[in-house]
Amino acid sequence: MRSTTLRRWSFVHTWTSLICTLFLLLLALTGLPLIFHHEIEHLLGEAPQLRELPADSPRLSLQQLVEAAERHRPGEVVQYLGWEEDEPNGVVTIMAATAGTEPNSSHTFMLDARSGEAVAMPAANGGFMMLMLRLHVDLFAGLPGKLLLAFMGILFVVAIVSGVVLYAPFMRKLKFAEVRRDKSTRLRWLDLHNLIGIVTLTWALTVGVTGVISACADLLIEAWRGDTLAAMVEPYRDAPPLTQRAPADELLRIAGEAAPGMRPDFIAFPGTRFSSAHHYAVFMVGSTHLTSHLWTPVLIDARSLAVTAVGDRPWYMDALAMSQPLHFGDYGGRPMQILWALLDVLTIIVLGSGLYLWWVRRRAPRQALRDEVAA
Amino acid sequence: MRQSTFAIPVLLAVLGAAGLFAALLGDGGWDALAWLGLGLPALLGSWPLLRR
Repeated sequence: MRSTTLRRWSFVHTWTSLICTLFLLLLALTGLPLIFHHEIEHLLGEAPQLRELPADSPRLSLQQLVEAAERHRPGEVVQYLGWEEDEPNGVVTIMAATAGTEPNSSHTFMLDARSGEAVAMPAANGGFMMLMLRLHVDLFAGLPGKLLLAFMGILFVVAIVSGVVLYAPFMRKLKFAEVRRDKSTRLRWLDLHNLIGIVTLTWALTVGVTGVISACADLLIEAWRGDTLAAMVEPYRDAPPLTQRAPADELLRIAGEAAPGMRPDFIAFPGTRFSSAHHYAVFMVGSTHLTSHLWTPVLIDARSLAVTAVGDRPWYMDALAMSQPLHFGDYGGRPMQILWALLDVLTIIVLGSGLYLWWVRRRAPRQALRDEVAA
Repeated sequence: MRQSTFAIPVLLAVLGAAGLFAALLGDGGWDALAWLGLGLPALLGSWPLLRR
């Protein structure tokens, strides 16, 4: 590589890394407990615990659950009802002052589908895990915070790519995984930085890119609302406001018939950002491993309960949906979680050693760079 | 193979990508592929740090 080319790539690598390093350190540190959020919630006693009831206990209808929720939090409305695979007797319920209230002002709890009893989900509303989540997702700054972190993620990806380009000249005279231990601390850490950086490449790129996509979720959902959802509810554009809502009882049966072979993931109530002002939207997911991440909304007229549309999925909503497992590492059992945490710690070491290498090289940058490549 | 700059890194990158994708398709053997694809980088990145 010519020395001007080398210097340019080195400049790109140095500055994209330096700008994003502090944010990436924060993301890597807060991400670590988030990998194990289920386990930590259980340890802290914050996981919802349903009462033991006979296995054949009858279940309440959906409308009875909605009414139980409204009794539990008078003056609020149900925004979403959701199902979790590891708690088949519970229904995750999200309520707020109005259907359109923004997510951070909502209240989340679980309803026992058999008794209608409300069970607290403290981790979903505050506390340590929520602190980690907010620091990881938006720095308590809403959309601007998310977009700032998305930009830092893009810088991180550029830093990774430029790092791979620089890997070649730095490794010209070295064997793979060769670490010069006895020359100087700086060379030892340079070799470690290069080695750990190159072996964690695929994982770091995957988590980086899917993180950027997730950070843009609000924009993608807005695009979906303006594009796909608007087209689906076009006939309702001039319809008068919804005054009488049909009971929710039959929603799952209706959605199941409209999207055979799929199972419900959540219901968005009329007026929320995942539905229109005139519809229940039942979000169905597929029954295979891969399609269980992909949502198909079934829009049901909230007055007549007729199916208005079964949604197509635009590619960017599929990308958003697939970004979730690939970012969280929650789809390959406990061993995958542990590896995710290990790779996260290794990324912290790459970030830290990069900062160190920049610091000690500042005094004689060009000379040192030549030495490193030639050594 | 250790002499070549990119032979082993490319192999690791491909194994890692295959593993990340495989675990999306199913459990059991598919997950094990992910554990291999992510386990190798984790191992190769960790052992030189632990060695004095």
